[in-house]
Amino acid sequence: MAYLELKNIEKSFGETQIIRGVDLEINKGEFIVFVGPSGCGKSTLLRLIAGLEPITKGKLLLDGKDITWAPSGKRDLAMVFQSYALYPHMSVYDNMSFALKLAGVSKGEIRAKVEYAAQTLNLTQYLDRTPKDLSGGQRQRVAIGRAIVRAPKVFLFDEPLSNLDAALRGNTRVEIHKLHRALGATTIYVTHDQVEAMTLADRVVVLRDGLIEQVGTPLELYDHPANRFVAQFIGMPSMNMVAASAIPSFSAATGGRLPSDGFLGVRPEGLRVHPKQAAVSGVQGRVELIEALGADTLIHVDVGGVPLIARQNERTPLHAGDDVAVELDPSVLHLFNHEGRAVPA
Amino acid sequence: MQPSNFLPQLLRTAGAWAVALLLFFPLGWLILTAFKTELQAIHVPPLFVFEPTLDNFSEVQRRSDYLLYARNSLITSLGSTIIGLLIAAPAAYSMAFFRTKRTRDILMWMLSTKMMPAVGALVPIYVLAQTAGLLDSLTALTIVFTLSNLPIMVWMLYSAYKDIPNEILEAARMDGASLWTEFRHVVLPLSVGGLASTGLLCLVLSWNEAFWALNLSSAKAGTLATLIASYSSPEGLFWAKLSAASLMAIAPIVVFGWFSQKQLVQGLTFGAVK
Repeated sequence: MAYLELKNIEKSFGETQIIRGVDLEINKGEFIVFVGPSGCGKSTLLRLIAGLEPITKGKLLLDGKDITWAPSGKRDLAMVFQSYALYPHMSVYDNMSFALKLAGVSKGEIRAKVEYAAQTLNLTQYLDRTPKDLSGGQRQRVAIGRAIVRAPKVFLFDEPLSNLDAALRGNTRVEIHKLHRALGATTIYVTHDQVEAMTLADRVVVLRDGLIEQVGTPLELYDHPANRFVAQFIGMPSMNMVAASAIPSFSAATGGRLPSDGFLGVRPEGLRVHPKQAAVSGVQGRVELIEALGADTLIHVDVGGVPLIARQNERTPLHAGDDVAVELDPSVLHLFNHEGRAVPA
Repeated sequence: MQPSNFLPQLLRTAGAWAVALLLFFPLGWLILTAFKTELQAIHVPPLFVFEPTLDNFSEVQRRSDYLLYARNSLITSLGSTIIGLLIAAPAAYSMAFFRTKRTRDILMWMLSTKMMPAVGALVPIYVLAQTAGLLDSLTALTIVFTLSNLPIMVWMLYSAYKDIPNEILEAARMDGASLWTEFRHVVLPLSVGGLASTGLLCLVLSWNEAFWALNLSSAKAGTLATLIASYSSPEGLFWAKLSAASLMAIAPIVVFGWFSQKQLVQGLTFGAVK
């Protein structure tokens, strides 16, 4: 049985419907990432689970118990906020122990728990400081520590890394990953950063306009996107999407399985770009731009007005303006019908 | 300092001193007069050098029981401040953290009541006090002071609370805080500066309030404002005693204001600078 269960959850603010019927089952110990573009409702969904906004319709079950109407404090969830939301007038120790104090835990037990969490998060020497004397990364760790000491049933993270600089974000991401492995706690993590989604998640939930587009492991989403939206949202750079009629020889490569009004999707690594004279097959195009990233190279090609991006591991002798031939790897094609739904390749 | 800057700098300093002295002059004159005899007080040309006397102060206490008025001022000011804070704090709290469509309108409406001249409400309030048997009572003054300060108190506390990020309160709720715990352990410590300056301002305004005190009270519940007024009596002006009474009336609040000016300024500029 699922540990946390969302049953047809809806949320409206006045006339505006933000969440339009979400069903989701989360297993114990799972790391779930909600991902989607701004305004897709991912943060709202998290706040509904947290009890910070009332659910308009639907049911929320945690460990078999209906918590749809339970107040936040009674749900046994802990949340790490985007802005950290530490109590500015309390020391790090008091910040981390506040919830336990309210719960009436004994002083000795509180001390043991806070010290253990502080040790885990490298905060021991900062326990007496107030948040304003800490760096952004340290504040973030205090926020996580405040959640850990409570040993809640589910951890909620609301874009916790978006206020950190790039280097720190990478490190903290790894820390969160390790922490989850160490604690094995059920976690829901909201982000708009698909790298965070891909690296952290056991399963990713892709949201758009208040609806779930697809739920799956990161690689499932990458390899078998359910629709055009997921296909183009997951993966960097995003999947090339070509209308069936735009490049006839590409469409022909699908062996007639691509609907005539559908779309052909191909990841950048599924395209090979050859200098024209060496070309054995493939369609004609012209190089628009080369992005040499070191480990791999992105080649932007214009094929009869259709912009495509190819990724290759080797460096390229090509230059912008060169005429090239673009070849397709037929084994990695994604086919979509006119509504954008995936059809079996 | 460069020589070319010296003259303008000197002029600016002199100008600033002139304005400051001009503003301070009435108060300075009051202080001087309080220590003169009645004869010295009306002496022309005015005396700046004289032998100071404390007779006026003992005369004021003997004639009109200064301590009774002072006690009344203290009770009404403190009472209206405490009651005002008890009403304004939750009101501002709900408006700051549980906004509705009408919150802004309510705040504006509350402020608009301060735009009406107090005398406009004199007759109804006088009749109400009379009917309730509260004329010349500390209760009536405390209630009226509280009500007349309430809009400003709600506004000041509202802006103090607005400075607290909502996420911090949400974090407290996630941590299991009840409404009261949240208020006591998070909102209160974070807005203690705002509460203090609101209370201080209300205290000063109530202490200085003269209009309602003069109209609703006389010998029994009169505050220091009425004491001062009583010295401009039909029997003629006694400048020295009037000055002594005024000085005794304003001294406590001036000293108090001097020590708390930092808090007051901070409170009045809340939210002005991010």
